[in-house]
Amino acid sequence: MIKIAASVELPVGESLVIQKNRIEPVGGLSGKRPKRICVVTGTHGDELEGQYVAWRLSDALNKHIKHLHGIVDIYPAINPLGINSINRGMPLSDLDLNRIFPGNANGPIAEYLASEALNDMKGADACIDIHASNIFLRELPQIRINELMAEDLLPLARRMNMPLIWIHASATVLESTLAHSLNSLGTPTLVVEMGVGMRITKEYGEQLVDGIFSLMSHLGIWSRKTPPTIPPIVSSDWQVAFINSNHSGIFISEVSHISTVQQGQRLGFIADPLSGRVLERINSPVTGLLFTLREYPVVYEGSLLARILHGDPGDPSEGSEPWMEANM
Amino acid sequence: MIAETLFSINTLYRQPIPVTGLFFGSGEKTLAIVGSLRGNEVQQLYICSQLVKCLKRYEEDGMITEGCQILVIPCVNPFSMNLGKRFWAVDNTDINRMFPGYAKGETTQRIAASLFDHLRGYVYGIQLSSFYLPGNFVPHVRVLDTGYHDLDLCDYFGLPYVMLSKPLPIDTGTLNYNWQVFDTKAFSIYSKETKNVHDESAVQAIEATFSFMNSQGMLKGIDARETQGKYYPFHPIHFSEEDLVNVLSSKGGIFIHRSFVGEEVKKGGVLADILDAYSGEIAERLLAPCDGRIFFNHNSNLISGHEVSCRIIPNDAVFKHSESSMRRS
Repeated sequence: MIKIAASVELPVGESLVIQKNRIEPVGGLSGKRPKRICVVTGTHGDELEGQYVAWRLSDALNKHIKHLHGIVDIYPAINPLGINSINRGMPLSDLDLNRIFPGNANGPIAEYLASEALNDMKGADACIDIHASNIFLRELPQIRINELMAEDLLPLARRMNMPLIWIHASATVLESTLAHSLNSLGTPTLVVEMGVGMRITKEYGEQLVDGIFSLMSHLGIWSRKTPPTIPPIVSSDWQVAFINSNHSGIFISEVSHISTVQQGQRLGFIADPLSGRVLERINSPVTGLLFTLREYPVVYEGSLLARILHGDPGDPSEGSEPWMEANM
Repeated sequence: MIAETLFSINTLYRQPIPVTGLFFGSGEKTLAIVGSLRGNEVQQLYICSQLVKCLKRYEEDGMITEGCQILVIPCVNPFSMNLGKRFWAVDNTDINRMFPGYAKGETTQRIAASLFDHLRGYVYGIQLSSFYLPGNFVPHVRVLDTGYHDLDLCDYFGLPYVMLSKPLPIDTGTLNYNWQVFDTKAFSIYSKETKNVHDESAVQAIEATFSFMNSQGMLKGIDARETQGKYYPFHPIHFSEEDLVNVLSSKGGIFIHRSFVGEEVKKGGVLADILDAYSGEIAERLLAPCDGRIFFNHNSNLISGHEVSCRIIPNDAVFKHSESSMRRS
């Protein structure tokens, strides 16, 4: 059943509506407090990987509804105008919706919508907040967890059929995200990052849908047999090396995404098409798994080119700090 | 005046973009003034340019106190300003959410780090700021409540209002917040406009800056009466941001002001009308919920439902803080 989580009038003949699809067992719900999970996506209008997941999950639930024993709320676009108009932020204010939670019921429109969406989701037994990367980077499917919440969330994250769980440092600025706000309210929330902006990677979507059904089985609201999930790598056992460009130009990759790279191996180079020169050769500083790779070729000084998961004790001062992740 | 390229932004197919600092006087790093961090802050750029013009003359006339070095950075973000974009034009990140920056990080982190390297160590810092909602303000001084803030110093700007704001998590990346954490007494001056030049409020901001500089001994040979207190009260009204009363729209439509920024309003007085976009009929009339003064007005002619049309400083908040201000003095 399509329900409205929040709505405001726009200036001319239209309303902005945040919708959800509530899917419930056909025969109704038993018990005083039926279990519920929320699947949320479309926070950033340029991240579309979650669109496939929302559709596929809804499709699969409808086909096998007799196996459902709880509530599944699917929010395919909590930033509907952003998705609609290919804007990462909220078109009315240019704000990043994932930086204004928990919102404010008496605040401006963006804060009001954030507050209403949060209130609609809170109290669920689990929430999956699906992000793609932005248009610049391609990501291995992964769950991201704030280190302060790792103990509670890791058992759930392991069910998600994602090859990597990245436990990142806590940062004040990330307290403004949906996931942090829900977790603070006692609603266990996992952040998924996968693929690349403005595209859909179908196999990642299928992988995540299997993971969501696995989590639902774990929570006791799904009784259909689910495929076995893959054992994830957990980042706390490893180090993450960041490789940023030191020149502006065109990045030409010479390596495949999601591959093992050796220390010193060429990852690519920064080219200057005007002069024909190579401005910078990019070599891997470590041996490990290349889980993030630059997708968009135009780069600037500081642009992130790659991230590598490796086993060496790293210098924590090297590279971008996770709290500054623009695509969370 | 010494003009110096503090750092350059090098990007594909554009000429290196210098971020220029203009230095006046010499000696201790006394005051740094930052203009536009965002590409739409034209008023802030204009104010800085006029400050530079005056400071140049003051320096030539020997009116900058010996031992005081003053730095003015009119524009940190020509990259976006020249493209007509508000945030960093590539990834829409906001430099004013990236402080203190990270020299090995992503582009806007690096810019923030390069800038902050030059801004650290000043005794005082003034940022000419803008707000994210489209609207006009009563010119005021704003300070983040970090525990390091100095509210009493705000009075020396001579602006009519001083607002204390509790920082949200997202504010911990702002210049003002980080300046304070790193021991600079930091203030944000909000002018009336952002993307358009508004001369009257620019003059207010310029006079406020010189009033402050004069009060802290950075200028000499200027009669205090020519700056502080000439146009504005000596004891500005202090209030907290949480005291402001938001007047929210519930309808969307064409927004017509029936009041102006700075106006004193009575409870029940008409603030604005929202007209149905097709029929022209009044869809909603917005009334003042309390006695007070209009601090902020939405300035777009279209408005959505649940938008902040107006923010009012209620009289009781004013009295409360005026009393505390008087007690302080």
